[in-house]
Amino acid sequence: METYYNPADLKKFGNIGEFQKEFADKFFAYYGAVFAEGALTAREKSLIALAVAHAVQCPYCIDAYSADTLEKGCTEPEMMEAVHVAAAIRGGATLVHGVQMMNKVKELSM
Amino acid sequence: MIKSLKATGNQLANSAFQLTVLRQEVVDVLHLPPFHAKMQEVGLFPLRPVLPAVLQINVGKMCNQVCKHCHVDAGPDRKEIMTRETMQLCLNALAQTDIPMVDLTGGAPEMNPDFRWFVEEISKLGRKVLVRCNLTIIVANKKYYDLPEFFKKHGVEVVSSLPFYSADKTDRQRGDGVFDDSIRALKMLNAVGYGQPDSGLVLNLVYNPAGAFMPGPQAALERQFKQALLKDHGIVFNSLFAITNLPVSRFLDYLVESGNYAGYMEKLVTAFNPTAAAGVMCRDTISVGWDGGLYDCDFNQMLDLHVASTSQHIRDFDAVALAQRPIVVNQHCYGCTAGAGSSCGGTVA
Repeated sequence: METYYNPADLKKFGNIGEFQKEFADKFFAYYGAVFAEGALTAREKSLIALAVAHAVQCPYCIDAYSADTLEKGCTEPEMMEAVHVAAAIRGGATLVHGVQMMNKVKELSM
Repeated sequence: MIKSLKATGNQLANSAFQLTVLRQEVVDVLHLPPFHAKMQEVGLFPLRPVLPAVLQINVGKMCNQVCKHCHVDAGPDRKEIMTRETMQLCLNALAQTDIPMVDLTGGAPEMNPDFRWFVEEISKLGRKVLVRCNLTIIVANKKYYDLPEFFKKHGVEVVSSLPFYSADKTDRQRGDGVFDDSIRALKMLNAVGYGQPDSGLVLNLVYNPAGAFMPGPQAALERQFKQALLKDHGIVFNSLFAITNLPVSRFLDYLVESGNYAGYMEKLVTAFNPTAAAGVMCRDTISVGWDGGLYDCDFNQMLDLHVASTSQHIRDFDAVALAQRPIVVNQHCYGCTAGAGSSCGGTVA
């Protein structure tokens, strides 16, 4: 069966530098710095990344951060709650635009 | 309770078969370098020992638990138990050396009928005793209830596995009810002073992942465990050791059965860390099997990889010959050199 996504491609992410090294190097250096311990712990960042992976629906990120949060000692309930945070924000972002819809409907309606 | 590989007649109970499976995956399937070649690249082959700091003695494969990840394939069905005669040979060898610490492991070392005698004799030689206690043995039978007091009397350092601070993850790896019994045992150890500040009675916990993934940063995991165990159970301990699961015996079987084998091996090999490789525990540890055979580590012991030395058995213990030996390595060693590295004392890099 042919698919667009191949799980084996995740480990080749670093190879994007083959086509443009300078920007790849800058990106990965930035990426590493973002996920290091800081004002937030590496564990907190990993859970945020897991949530965002679901919000942007990147299957590579979902796989990577499912493993990463497990490694960092997160529990299944913690991981699923993070996904629900993403769901709540995305759902909320959809619904809050409903205010604009209501405004428009009232503008156009007798 | 699951059964040991030996009890179910699983092919992976055979050490030669395990080594073949490991080599095939790393070299033939994943096309990754065999471990010795990787070590050669970083100038660590042959790997040589340093001054021995630990004599790790496996006093038997009998255990009251059948943990899913066990590299010993230990269980209640295993009858391999070190005899008092072999223990005496260990004491004779120990007396000839300055090795400061004896690390008693198994199975459940406390189930060896001569366990307490052995601890007393090692103490008389002025050596530190470390016991790898699975915790549930303390509450398994009333004859073991006084183990915390016995450990305290001899200043034993207690090292115990706890895969997580929740019942769910712990029991999935170690068996139903293990978490609750472990908590009871930890409270009994705390009650006699283990893990308490300034008591001098050291209680360390071992974290190993409940699945096909690497352990996270040890310091962060230790903070989490300390916070959760204190808040939920009033339990304290000294340090947490984060240990990588090695692809040996029951953990290897789990990897194969769960379809995680290739992915896990690839993860271990690509995470090879030369700093961790230089600090592997086989360099300062000599492992003794239940029958007195000598090995570079407990994993080599379970794979029947004897030391590459004329000194093959504890009765012929020759510190000079052993100091000159090349350490025997194989594909499972990638587990100890991955990431922050792994040893019986936690991370090494």
